[in-house]
Amino acid sequence: MKTVLVIGNGMVGYKFCEKFVAQEAGKNFRLIVFGEEPRVAYDRVHLSEFFENGDAEKLTLAPRSWYAKNGIELYTNERVVDIQKETRTIITLSKKSFSYDYLVLATGSVPFVPPIKGVDKKGVFVYRTIEDLEETLSYASNIKGSRAAVLGGGLLGLEAAKAVKDMGLEPHVVEFAPRLMPRQLDDDGSAALATKMNELGISVHLNKVTQQILGNGSIQGMEFSEGDALSVEMLIISAGIRPRDELAKTCDLEVGIRGGIVVDNTMRTSDPNIFAIGEVALYNQMIYGLVAPGYEMAQVAVDQILGGETLMAKSIDMSTKLKLIGVDVASFGNPFTSEEEAHAIVFENKLQGLYKRINVSKDGKKLLGGILVGDASDYNMLLQLQQNEMPLPENPEDLILGARGGDGAAMGNVMELPDEAVICSCESVTKGAICCAVIEGGHESVKSIAKSTKATTGCGGCKPMISDLVMESLKSLGKTVKIRICEHFDYSRQELYDIVKLRNIQDYDELLDTVGQGDGCEVCKPAVAAIFASVYNETANRQETIQDSNDRYLANIQRNGTYSVVPRVAGGEITPKQLMALGRIGMKYDLYTKITGGQRIDMFGAELHELPLIWEELIKEGFESGHAYGKALRTVKSCVGSTWCRYGMDESVSFAIEIENRYKGIRSPHKMKGGVSGCIRECAEARCKDFGFIAVEGGWNVYVCGNGGANPKHAELLAEKVDKETAVKYVDRFLMFYIKTAPPLTRTAAWLEKLEGGITYLKNVVIHDSLGMGEELDAEMQQYTDTYKCEWKEAVETPEIRARYTHFVNSEEKDSNIEFVPMRGQKMPKAWT
Amino acid sequence: MISALNTFQATRLEEVTIWFKAAEVSKFPKNGGACVKYKDKQIAVFNFTRKGEWYACQNLCPHKMEMVLSRGMVGVDGDQPKVACPLHKNTFSLKTGENLNGNLDAIATYPVRIENNFVYIGFSE
Ligand code: SRM
Ligand SMILES: Cc1cc2nc3c(=O)[nH]c(=O)nc-3n(C[C@H](O)[C@H](O)[C@H](O)COP(=O)(O)OP(=O)(O)OC[C@H]3O[C@@H](n4cnc5c(N)ncnc54)[C@H](O)[C@@H]3O)c2cc1C
Ligand code: SF4
Ligand code: FES
Repeated sequence: MKTVLVIGNGMVGYKFCEKFVAQEAGKNFRLIVFGEEPRVAYDRVHLSEFFENGDAEKLTLAPRSWYAKNGIELYTNERVVDIQKETRTIITLSKKSFSYDYLVLATGSVPFVPPIKGVDKKGVFVYRTIEDLEETLSYASNIKGSRAAVLGGGLLGLEAAKAVKDMGLEPHVVEFAPRLMPRQLDDDGSAALATKMNELGISVHLNKVTQQILGNGSIQGMEFSEGDALSVEMLIISAGIRPRDELAKTCDLEVGIRGGIVVDNTMRTSDPNIFAIGEVALYNQMIYGLVAPGYEMAQVAVDQILGGETLMAKSIDMSTKLKLIGVDVASFGNPFTSEEEAHAIVFENKLQGLYKRINVSKDGKKLLGGILVGDASDYNMLLQLQQNEMPLPENPEDLILGARGGDGAAMGNVMELPDEAVICSCESVTKGAICCAVIEGGHESVKSIAKSTKATTGCGGCKPMISDLVMESLKSLGKTVKIRICEHFDYSRQELYDIVKLRNIQDYDELLDTVGQGDGCEVCKPAVAAIFASVYNETANRQETIQDSNDRYLANIQRNGTYSVVPRVAGGEITPKQLMALGRIGMKYDLYTKITGGQRIDMFGAELHELPLIWEELIKEGFESGHAYGKALRTVKSCVGSTWCRYGMDESVSFAIEIENRYKGIRSPHKMKGGVSGCIRECAEARCKDFGFIAVEGGWNVYVCGNGGANPKHAELLAEKVDKETAVKYVDRFLMFYIKTAPPLTRTAAWLEKLEGGITYLKNVVIHDSLGMGEELDAEMQQYTDTYKCEWKEAVETPEIRARYTHFVNSEEKDSNIEFVPMRGQKMPKAWT
Repeated sequence: MISALNTFQATRLEEVTIWFKAAEVSKFPKNGGACVKYKDKQIAVFNFTRKGEWYACQNLCPHKMEMVLSRGMVGVDGDQPKVACPLHKNTFSLKTGENLNGNLDAIATYPVRIENNFVYIGFSE
């Protein structure tokens, strides 16, 4: 049996393994892999996501068990230090030696650290591995609020700058060239991007040659060639990469002048038994710092070793779309054509920070490349037009301006792309393959396509286009593309709502038996639970096992499996006596307490069995459930209003309390929040809420469909200067209409965005009763209000429900896995490792 | 904190040497789970009434090493019975233990037997 050794268990090394074992012929080889990092190969492209969730496992490309299952011998934490070509053996740092028939070098690259005086000071980092990030994060956590710089304004540098910002530091980008992303953008594109970066709070310094790193032991600043300086307490260097070709030098393989192991179009190095792929390989005298070419190289090497004839493409596409930083930036094909080669068509809107450039061949027939800053939504389609040399519209400028007058979109339909068009460049999946997977393979969702073709699993940039292709292919089969909540129900939430109501269906199982299939899942169960709650105003206690985690135990589960307790504090008004009660109970059960962003008090760290005990005491003190765990009304935030405030036009607190009590307990497609401000200074942020009232001269202004959160949106004006009664009636109707028609987990803002006719239509329904359902909506809301009960009271008083709150069913013991550590005089969960 | 995932060892029916008498059937909610203590182990047991099946697995979610799986929702992916972790909705097959929506390590599953209205879990040690 022949042996293939792979050195490097990074993205490309892994891809080689994946493609190798996928071939039948691959089974006749022994495959051994060495990786220097302690972890198995992970997704470096999405490294920055580590900042968001601190979750290294999420990045893993395949678990260790995958290697074992496929007969691959994997040695991690094992660096190869020598190659002996003559005897075809390699030696590792721990002095093990292995012999090979074929050797594959997939050693990747390291960040290039320029030889600047003082770069070895503490607080200077690079950005390549999970360990780099962990070190950076831990350093950053001690200097929160200070300044940090990123050296290098390229693709990676900008991504790092966003990460620096997310770490709670003030980010500065220092670039040596006169523009950002010098390899992808022209001067005007760079200027538009710099403006956008400034808006995001990231300062940009161009034309700066860093002379030395200042500081005594730890970095304190950077000094530039013109004698000026920038004081910073941390620095991430992102000044390009250097291929890890040191092994080539141990055995005299040919390397390029500036590094990189020279390969031909079969991925062979100067020794025919040794291959090099990924960022260490110098092909066409270039190192390609992207995964897609690396994956293609892996495919070529696999094929060549197994006796095939696949060759590496002559020219390699370097188009890129920047991810993650909160600004759209993309560059494709040749972004910098000269005037002799092509006409550049440029559109710029400085006010909106938009810059778009396309380079069109002199005859106006072909797209050669372009740049998009501020809005890159057409990137995928433009890239396809360029790569497939497709005919352009009569007025090519329509491509960036949109067709004005006339009919049809300038861009054309995805189905017009040729079958060979590569849609997912990371995994080289063509349009033909995708449509075939839909039409012949029966893969009818993006998820299923991802499983069967691997498309979208790389950088994910092709997702929108794949989703369009799936839709269009299904349409071509004559299938109506239906929004279904999951594989168990062929209905939308609105349809299910009507079915439950009209057929008087009483529980989840009955619904599944009547109109569903299979045995349900974690997607349809909570969605249906919310429908039952809305139709019958039943509490989460009745069908507890279809509730989402938090609803099942009427409390939010925390990172260590304990729960939080949030009593309702309507309008944020609380008496000193109630505060003392909360204090006493918090102390008794040793709970961490915090004032929430919703004007109330959250007590964290209660164990499951303690919840009914705590709530029993709270209820005795007159508190009720705050529904912090439910898709239900959370809080109605209020400012102090005319009772105290010298500007107040009306009593916002009284109104907030009234309205919070009116809507409390009602279940809805997503959580709902309200706000009431006493005047247009808007201290209660009512316009950031699902519904809001602002007191003005002559009545209340009513706003709807706003939210903070991930995609903040200001609420829109529904009615002006109406009296309180009318204001409440409008919001009653608005909420009822939303509850009946919105898809699951859709906040009011997102729902309005999809509502045909938008706010005008909503006004017609709510104010002018255009659907003739006004009275019905009013009555349904009144019914909710009249049948409200506190579900915690119900839980505490009903023995069968109370019995659910134990960790073990066969023991009184507590969960010994839960550990707390002290923090600022309170406690917190022990951190995840 | 749990020192090692490997305190849980998947056990197949033919390997069972001990049937541990856990609790009465009525202690386990319909179409839901509850946690059983066996020596130093926490085992999640699911009463999948709709399928007329019982399943058992480790209570430890391999994602963040929290003892929470018994509080997750049960469901199916095609025919495959599964549980969704209440913390981040990673799903695991209740038959094979495999992580169905990601690359986490598989969880250990155990055989379950019902006799005289009692739930028994099978272990091999
Ligand atoms: C405790 C609190 C943070 C704090 O310490 O201040 C908080 C904590 C949580 N928020 Fe929040 N949010 C809190 C105020 C907010 C606010 C501010 C506000 O309400 O004015 C917002 C932005 C406003 C908004 O919602 O429009 C907010 C936007 C979110 C979002 C994003 C919603 C969105 O539409 O994008 C989520 C995620 C979700 O709901 O899907 C979320 C989810 C969560 C969850 C429930 C996550 C979870 O499932 O574990 C957190 C757990 C709470 C717990 O265990 O008790 N939280 N969250 C605040 C509780 C308010 C309360 O008294 O009920
Ligand atoms: C933050 C970040 C964001 C990125 N974003 C994108 C993007 O959006 N799009 C894109 O296309 N690309 C992106 N990239 C680039 C992409 O990650 C790389 O192109 C890709 O990882 C290259 O794969 P590779 O296998 O060649 O190298 P690597 O993934 O670096 O793997 C090489 C591995 O070999 C190991 N190794 C080296 N020498 C030895 C030895 N002697 N013995 C044993 N093991 C050894 C190394 O430790 C390493 O684990 C990004 C990179 C980073 C860092
Ligand atoms: S409390 Fe809200 S913002 Fe804070 S970490 Fe939790 S979900 Fe995120
Ligand atoms: S802890 Fe189970 S999914 Fe995260």
